[in-house]
Amino acid sequence: MSLASKTPLTAGTSRLISLSNTMPWAFAALFLLCLPFVFQSNSALTIMNQMAITIVFALSYNMLLGQGGMLSFGHAVYMGLGGFFAMHVMNMVEGGLWLPLPLLPIVGGLFGLIFAFLIGSFSTRRAGTVFAMISLGVGELIAACSVIIVVFFGGEEGISGDRTMGPPVFGYEFLTQQEVYYLTIFWLLLATLLMYLFSRTPIGRITNAVRDNEERAEFLGYSQRNVRWISFCASGFFAGVAGSLFAINFEILTEENLNLATSGSILLVTFIGGAGFFVGPIIGAVVFTLLQTVLGLHTELWSLYLGILFVSCVMFFPSGFAGLVAMHRRPFALGKLHLLIKPYLKAAIPVVTSVLSLAAILEILFHKRHGYGGDHEMVLYGIAFDSSGYQAIAMAAVIAAISLFLVSRILPEIRAAWDSANHAESRT
Amino acid sequence: MALFLVNVLDGLVTGLLLFMLCSGLTLIFSMMGVLNFAHASFYMLGAYFAYQISLVTGFWAGLIIAPLVVGVIGAGIERYGLRRVHKFGHVPELIFTFGLALLIEEAVQFFWGKSQLPFSEPEALDFAAFAIAGNAFPAYKVFMIFVAMGIFLTLLYILTKTRIGMTIQAALSYPETVQNLGHNVPLVFMCVFGVGTAMAGLAGVIAGPVLGVFPGMAVQLGSIVFVTIVIGGLGSLWGALVASLIIGWMQTFATAYDVTAEQILTAIGFTKPELIWDHPLQDLWTLTLPQLGPILPYLLMVIVLVLRPQGLMGKRES
Amino acid sequence: MNAPAIELRNLEKSFGLARIIQGVNLKIAKGERHAVIGPNGAGKSTLFNLITGRFAPTSGGVFLHGEDVSGLKPFEINRRGLSRSFQVTNIFSNMTVFENIRCGLLWTMGYRYSFWHMIGRQADVTEKADEILAQINLTQRRNELAGTLAYAEQRALEIGITIAGGADIILLDEPCAGMSHSETDLIVDLIRKVTEDKTLLIVEHDMGVIFDLADRISVLVYGEVIESDTPDVVRASARVKEAYLGASLEEEAM
Ligand SMILES: Nc1ncnc2c1ncn2[C@@H]1O[C@H](COP(=O)(O)OP(=O)(O)OP(=O)(O)O)[C@@H](O)[C@H]1O
Ligand SMILES: [Mg+2]
Repeated sequence: MSLASKTPLTAGTSRLISLSNTMPWAFAALFLLCLPFVFQSNSALTIMNQMAITIVFALSYNMLLGQGGMLSFGHAVYMGLGGFFAMHVMNMVEGGLWLPLPLLPIVGGLFGLIFAFLIGSFSTRRAGTVFAMISLGVGELIAACSVIIVVFFGGEEGISGDRTMGPPVFGYEFLTQQEVYYLTIFWLLLATLLMYLFSRTPIGRITNAVRDNEERAEFLGYSQRNVRWISFCASGFFAGVAGSLFAINFEILTEENLNLATSGSILLVTFIGGAGFFVGPIIGAVVFTLLQTVLGLHTELWSLYLGILFVSCVMFFPSGFAGLVAMHRRPFALGKLHLLIKPYLKAAIPVVTSVLSLAAILEILFHKRHGYGGDHEMVLYGIAFDSSGYQAIAMAAVIAAISLFLVSRILPEIRAAWDSANHAESRT
Repeated sequence: MALFLVNVLDGLVTGLLLFMLCSGLTLIFSMMGVLNFAHASFYMLGAYFAYQISLVTGFWAGLIIAPLVVGVIGAGIERYGLRRVHKFGHVPELIFTFGLALLIEEAVQFFWGKSQLPFSEPEALDFAAFAIAGNAFPAYKVFMIFVAMGIFLTLLYILTKTRIGMTIQAALSYPETVQNLGHNVPLVFMCVFGVGTAMAGLAGVIAGPVLGVFPGMAVQLGSIVFVTIVIGGLGSLWGALVASLIIGWMQTFATAYDVTAEQILTAIGFTKPELIWDHPLQDLWTLTLPQLGPILPYLLMVIVLVLRPQGLMGKRES
Repeated sequence: MNAPAIELRNLEKSFGLARIIQGVNLKIAKGERHAVIGPNGAGKSTLFNLITGRFAPTSGGVFLHGEDVSGLKPFEINRRGLSRSFQVTNIFSNMTVFENIRCGLLWTMGYRYSFWHMIGRQADVTEKADEILAQINLTQRRNELAGTLAYAEQRALEIGITIAGGADIILLDEPCAGMSHSETDLIVDLIRKVTEDKTLLIVEHDMGVIFDLADRISVLVYGEVIESDTPDVVRASARVKEAYLGASLEEEAM
């Protein structure tokens, strides 16, 4: 049965390439191309590469969570396996195999896809809780295997390689961080575009339908299991691409790339960004990488803050950052966004001070308990003080109380402004 | 033979401990449809609280108070956290409990630091209960067996002999009938969550001296607990018991018998390659049963899922 | 060639000890509009669930155009040209009305699991979906989320999804339940229009609708078909009056 013959090439109301749908992509590409001129240091480039890898990984994760309603606790498996295979192929290139480095992500992607195909054959039978538990078990299984199968996974030290041994591409050998950056963003853009297009194919839409109401989809001719399985394979492919990019960037892979912690953090990234939106994981990955690298430099407690952020996100704004932005679409469409500016600005200072002072309380408490060798000297927000007494913490508590009080006073005003900004005038 | 007996007992201890966690988890799952990802975190909290209390009052007060505190915290989390998320469906609930697990681990490190705490069994139980051919069996493990059995029998009694228990049982087999529990379903949910987490807390208290009290103790057991209830069949209490015991014994025996792949392969008639290091089959030849121990539960899970997707004693897939 | 569109042979279904369907034999010819009536709890929806593969029969068989389909999955049965609606509205509430209809179309229009077509660019799909939207009078609501529609509109959408795929056997479970008179009239017109030269099996409590639409009527009571004949015969049947009207009188008395 030929499927293509049914759809003439000329079909379609809009042209394949139009200004409106290529603009955002062109803009993103231009932006990414220019970034290295602003941030030139190697460490900045590394952070950006890491961000790009996390974006691809998170987007592939969201093909499951956001688009297919599949909650996975073991998605790192596909990224990790893709990466490990890519690394082995990289080492084979060193041994004489001809493969230009920019094509390596295809290899990793294919292995991600193969494993997703095998594991998906039994894990996608059910969605929801059962799927989540199976993904967890399989994830743990593979992570545990990685310690045993030393030949392949390299045991504790993991495996490493050298990306510069392949044939040069247009004279580039990927010696510098900058060259690697351009390779990474090429794949970032390509993978993002492909994943975006996937969400607009028949199978992409049916995946949404199965997420919404798997039973109804079965009465429309679709096997819910096959629908999930196909999405799962596609998602495994892009996770494998992310894994290969990791292999290219860091030239080392360890058990950490496969384990539950990595799988869990990608869930966190995706959810904080907003699983219900295509751009959600992108926002999440950027925010997460920045928190991890910037906040991580300044405080040991950054993962505690991240945990608090995550749990409050689940409880209070389950559609994530992207959802918070999207909430303003209606006021914007009604031309009433300006009504919100004043209350937001008013709230900004108390909100910031309450977050900072609450964090200060935690920091001081932590310092009191775990300060090294009776060291009471503490520096916070550029202020040096003695953490042993009660003065510092009392001060932080007073500031927190005052700012929280102010926030609670401004809240009704925000709510009122929100209501009026969302309320269309009765049509005349 | 003697060693075998010791291992049977050791495996029983591990299995029953696992079951104490699984039973609470199953109870919560069947009643509320929520898989509590943070279950092992409550187990960890139990151990830490018991440690803190034992500094002041000794082990025995901790044994009673810590699970109660954990239960109250659990009920509070259900009331003010889980219930909020409930309306979004089961997957967000699962994500919430996942976040909770992260947060509890961070909180534990915040208060108690990253290193292992010196929490040991009470002196009253610090002797060998008996010896099997020279292998001393600690009294504390006997105590663990009795506590776990006691919990199991109490649970069995409550479920089969009391009114609330029978209602719960009905709800276990027909989740739709939960609504018949009476007019105050939310209260029942809160209590079930509290009791379930308290049981996890109790397991933590008695496991602490044996398995150690450290921030990774939740992760160490967390996944195994889920794997166990998947193997047993989600929502089946008997399945949880059977699977717990199987896994307990499997892991104990795997660590106790140092069978190597080399022995087996040579027995079948293969010869070991001269240069085994960096040989492609290196791992196959150097594999030992104790190495394999940690992955056996996961392997079992995959096999069970492929052959019997509903789990050992689960109801048929609808 | 002249095998009936639907044939039930000795169909039985028990839930635990409760025998809900107790040996139903029924033949529905191609192109026939057949109605199933019966008191609440008689097992009408269960019968639908058996025919459409939601439940596997305890014993007996379901045949579509002479082919044994008992025990097949819902999607396998759907691919053999049978589509159904649900008594309790069963739509994709987080998707737009248009997308709901489109989901009903994709399989039969040959797009299946395709990941090489762009869904917005398939003019044939868009055209067909809009055509169906016009038929069920929801063109105005095209881009709204299905979950936000009014009840009657959701019922119309339910029918829209059901007929979208162009199945030649249509099963409708109480399409008019909970509707006002005028809404019912609209729905009946709609049903008549969209099931032209198709086989229709319909469950409905509204007798006006039944006698208006049906070529033949089967009366199901406690899981047994006590009468299956033309509307006139059924209307006159003493057995039906006794069993069915008795039951519904009881109901009214409650
Ligand atoms: N999954 C199930 N498990 C147990 N019993 C069921 C199940 N589904 C239906 N029943 C029972 O089967 C009987 C018939 O139900 P069914 O929904 O088929 O009736 P109906 O004729 O469609 O009634 P109504 O006119 O109210 O729609 C009812 O007593 C119901 O409780
Ligand atoms: Mg019915």
